[in-house]
Amino acid sequence: MHATRRWIPGVLRTQAFRILLVYLIVFAISAAALVAFSYWNTRRALDAQTDQTIEAEIVGLSEQYQRLGVGGLVDVIISRSAHGTQGLYLLTDSAGHLLAGNLDAWPKIKLQSSRFVEFDYQRRFDSQTENRRARGRVFLLPGGLRLLVARDVHERYETGRLFTTTLPWTVALMILLGFIGGTLVSRNMLARLDTINRTSQDIMRGDLSRRVPVLKAGDEFDTLAENLNRMLDQNERLMRGMREVTDSVAHDLRSPLNRLRNRLESALAHATNGERAVAELESAVEETDGLIATFNALLLIAEAESGVAREAMAPITLAPIVEGVAELYAPLAEEKGLTLGIEPGGTVPIEGNRSLITQALANLVDNAIKYTPDGGRITLAATQTPDGALLSVSDSGPGIPETDRARVLDRFVRLDTSRNSPGTGLGLSLVAAVAKLHNATFDLASNAPGLKASLLFPPSRRRPQATS
Amino acid sequence: MRILVVEDDLEAQRYLVNGLKEAGHVVDDAADGDVGLTLALSRPYDVAIIDRMLPKMDGLHVVGEMREHGNAVPVLFLSALSEVDDRVKGLKAGGDDYLTKPYAFVELLARIDALMRRRSPASVRTRLQVGDLELDLLTRAATRADQTIDLQPREFRLLEYLMRHAGQVVTRTMLLESVWEYHFDPQTNVIDVHISRLRAKIDKGFETPLLHTVRGAGYMIRARN
Repeated sequence: MHATRRWIPGVLRTQAFRILLVYLIVFAISAAALVAFSYWNTRRALDAQTDQTIEAEIVGLSEQYQRLGVGGLVDVIISRSAHGTQGLYLLTDSAGHLLAGNLDAWPKIKLQSSRFVEFDYQRRFDSQTENRRARGRVFLLPGGLRLLVARDVHERYETGRLFTTTLPWTVALMILLGFIGGTLVSRNMLARLDTINRTSQDIMRGDLSRRVPVLKAGDEFDTLAENLNRMLDQNERLMRGMREVTDSVAHDLRSPLNRLRNRLESALAHATNGERAVAELESAVEETDGLIATFNALLLIAEAESGVAREAMAPITLAPIVEGVAELYAPLAEEKGLTLGIEPGGTVPIEGNRSLITQALANLVDNAIKYTPDGGRITLAATQTPDGALLSVSDSGPGIPETDRARVLDRFVRLDTSRNSPGTGLGLSLVAAVAKLHNATFDLASNAPGLKASLLFPPSRRRPQATS
Repeated sequence: MRILVVEDDLEAQRYLVNGLKEAGHVVDDAADGDVGLTLALSRPYDVAIIDRMLPKMDGLHVVGEMREHGNAVPVLFLSALSEVDDRVKGLKAGGDDYLTKPYAFVELLARIDALMRRRSPASVRTRLQVGDLELDLLTRAATRADQTIDLQPREFRLLEYLMRHAGQVVTRTMLLESVWEYHFDPQTNVIDVHISRLRAKIDKGFETPLLHTVRGAGYMIRARN
């Protein structure tokens, strides 16, 4: 099965070619049938016309015979024979002797009256003879006379013959052309599929930068190529993100692990000094908690960035989330001498992951409380704007210098001015990841003075589109 | 108390079993789902600690089977899967609590205590009392030594949770999960501030403090030191 299949070139096995072939056969059959039918109809009509003319002539001639006798009939036939080339006549007596007419002899046909027959005859023309086709009828006159009246139908006959001989050739040509066309079309398709296959093989071999070429023809292959490329872009982004995470983990988890190890070693060394050992072990446990927090934050970011959490998307409202977070942080803010308020807005419904949005908002509030000096003010707001649902945290703190704003979104980046505050340095990265998951834009702007961190969720649940 | 531990990581199992025995519990252990289920169905336990991912039969399945057999032993899931989704799946399968690895042992002990307490026929209590502090759950009124204490709704819920677990360590995570219904760790310890406010309301001006901080673990409310 497979051995024979390998013999068939790839082109013939394409779906496009098979479909084309089926259409071609159906088309050829119906076209041939149509042409044959119209030919047959035309020929019938032409024959009927010829037959009518012959019939009329026979009637005319037999009247002549009745009126004028044999001599008169012969005269008429002679005059008609000489007159036109179309009419053919032959009159013989009962013994078969030729009396008049422009045919040399009886054609080799069954001489039956009342039936039209076709026969070949020879026509002399400028000392040349040619075989021609005629159609006519034999009529028996009283007294044993036999009259053959016929008409030359050579042109019609030739046309018909031409028809029957050329029709199969035409069909064959049609199939051949279709075959060639199908091959070309399929080869083109196959070539484009081949580029896609080659690209995917290259990518599987490890060259992630390869992309399927787009021909800008705007056809379905281009759409396919564009979609594949978009998918590949996303994969590459994810891979890059993964590598970044690995790098960050290596970089920023090693130092706390190192500290942990030092503490444990120290505890071991001072095992006899109970108090010192306990103190070191307690710090070790604290260090571990910090590590776990960092680890959890990294996992959460990875989860949000990979889009896995998209499954947990549901219609939610922002207002209760804002109220809940404000309530949780209000005592902390108050203790620091800050005013934590909510700017009134609607319920603001969006499609999202409640848990992740809550955590992102908590991180923003956490940051605002951490960096806003005493007597400052923090305002949370969820409002519906023409551009979508806006969730924002504004503070009256020192803000972030414009040059540093993009940088703070990177993992583990903490501006030098805040090195001594507690935290994993992943707070804003998580917010950025949550924003990305929701197709939202995360913006850090000046609150003049202070910082305004805002998440703008695009209106309606527009899916990432497949085609433009 | 009799506790069943189903955990396939033998190192973790040994640590868990030893810790629980030191805390005065009787412990049986199993290293896969099959054995775990057999034990759970054949012996009476007060609490079962079951890992989510187990060889032969996974944790969700074990609990599902237990519940199908009418076994109502409180189950604490241990899992390395931390997504909210996984937690929901665990609780839906019949688990009573869900603890993500890595965990602090005090957290585990506190949660086991809470589970066992929940199981004891608590009848529907309308009043909670710790020392001279009283909480009326119907009128939502708190009094200490006949002095009315004015509490915000959230403070009331916080105090109610602490008093329901009087004499037990309650961790910050447990409070965040039960009182606020949040399943994440805030960067700053916001719970501490809520506790200190509550403490100011119930302990300030009284001779014996009721609300205690347990170092490295959490909080506990109790009448005597």
